[in-house]
Amino acid sequence: MTPRLRRALVLALPAAWMLLFFAAPFAIVLSIGFAEPAEGIPPYAPLLRRGEDGALQLQLNMANLQLLLEDPFYAEAALRSLRVAAVSATLCLLVGYPMALAIARAPEGWRNTLLMLVVLPFWTSFLLRVTAWIGLLQDQGWINGALLALGLIEDPLRLLYTDLAMYLGITYCYLPFMVLPLYASLSRLDPALLEAAADLGARPWRGFLAVTLPLSLPGVVAGYLLVFIPAVGEFVIPELLGGPGAQLIGRVLWTEFFQNRDWPLASALAVVLLLLLVLPIALFQSRATRDAER
Amino acid sequence: MSGLGRLLVPLGFGFAFLYLPILLMAVFSFNESRLVTSLTGVSTRWYVALWRNEALMEALFLSLRIAAVSATMATILGTLAGFALARFGRFRGRGAFAGMMAAPLVMPEVITGLSLLLLFVALEQAFGFPAGRGATTVAIAHATFGAAYVAVVVQARLRDLDLSLEEAAMDLGARPWRVFLLITLPLAAPGIAAGWLLAFTLSLDDLVIASFVSGPGASTLPMVVFSAVRLGLTPELYALATLTVLAVAATLLLALRLGFRPPRA
Repeated sequence: MTPRLRRALVLALPAAWMLLFFAAPFAIVLSIGFAEPAEGIPPYAPLLRRGEDGALQLQLNMANLQLLLEDPFYAEAALRSLRVAAVSATLCLLVGYPMALAIARAPEGWRNTLLMLVVLPFWTSFLLRVTAWIGLLQDQGWINGALLALGLIEDPLRLLYTDLAMYLGITYCYLPFMVLPLYASLSRLDPALLEAAADLGARPWRGFLAVTLPLSLPGVVAGYLLVFIPAVGEFVIPELLGGPGAQLIGRVLWTEFFQNRDWPLASALAVVLLLLLVLPIALFQSRATRDAER
Repeated sequence: MSGLGRLLVPLGFGFAFLYLPILLMAVFSFNESRLVTSLTGVSTRWYVALWRNEALMEALFLSLRIAAVSATMATILGTLAGFALARFGRFRGRGAFAGMMAAPLVMPEVITGLSLLLLFVALEQAFGFPAGRGATTVAIAHATFGAAYVAVVVQARLRDLDLSLEEAAMDLGARPWRVFLLITLPLAAPGIAAGWLLAFTLSLDDLVIASFVSGPGASTLPMVVFSAVRLGLTPELYALATLTVLAVAATLLLALRLGFRPPRA
């Protein structure tokens, strides 16, 4: 067996699987986005139909695309999703950077345990962690209960079903995705560089700005992308913690699909969501591939 | 070690942020009252209620079955892919292949779920398979994104390994598949096991993709929990969360003892 053939055999299974179950579905989503809704199962009309003369005709329905472009509701949902994802990723960065830096500078023997502690919540149920925040934030929740008991407020604050709740939830759930890549690049940083900066008279914050921060930028970008991209399409957290106004694109897609059973419109929305994310995903992929070369 | 002192405050804050909600759930899961807010007394009644909740238990077993099957498929696919990416050097289509293996890591779940559902519907129309949707389609979907995670973990593990053992075996005349089975696979085993666990956990945890590709009669645990949460919180859910955290912590501790290092992103 030639090495070439051997390699092809190893590659064949994963490549074929991913082509069939990951790449091909996008082509179908794209085509259903141009289909007409119809009664029945599945609830859309085929694109290729026999006309009255018996010839095959390609029927492209532009109504979905037109609706998405004309109804400001959808454009606002898209913009809102991008904004929410950007704010959440920034919050994750602000909370996660000092954590990652502390872990990277902790005594060697502690690091694995601290990292495990960051990762552990990620391994437990995502839904149940969101549930914990409902318990914290609801009108008779733990936060309001504590504030009332302390006499700081007289009426419970409205915390659940607000933007604040949604941001807290997303930051909480995605934090490990930020800390891990940050730690990876911070732990590779040579401490001698900081010592050199200190010897040359740089104060600690200057050393941080001039040495640590620039050298950890790859980790910052990786963490930001790992949070930002999935957060743009997030459904569960805005649905359970956000207010009725928190119509993010993932939630709108869910409603069109499950409540209105409008598969073509949901597909068109998926295409829009994908277009919004083409650049960040391409950036993420090129970084992932480059990391693998190292 | 410099400057750790000042960083302890944000580190403590971060861990409090991560663990306080979980801790509160654990405390209130032992609360006597049905109210999820005021502590009235210690009781294990919610754990009993959880055990007797047939819908939830049935969903749990379905989810465990799907997770075991899909994690195993994901491990086979992901190990092959990770091996190819770590050991094949440059080959034609490498960029496309690597990109395709990495994209599911960040792809929003609503897109993956909807697109897979449409694929299953189209396949059923064209070939009659998969007939209807349920546990099988969920397992296929979970194996697909699980494979991406396994590939990352296995590839990282193989990259850290010394090539010399594989080269020595090759020099001594071992055929490539023997080298793979006798040297590479055992050395990569911790990564492969960690990848399996990761795929298993992710499958157990997935709500969005399963909701799209599942069918009537096949409600996974997250689907049942999601509809329960929408109806309102109960201490039963806290009991479930507490048990989940304990199970995960025990598994991770065991893994640490066995010498796994945390997967690096």
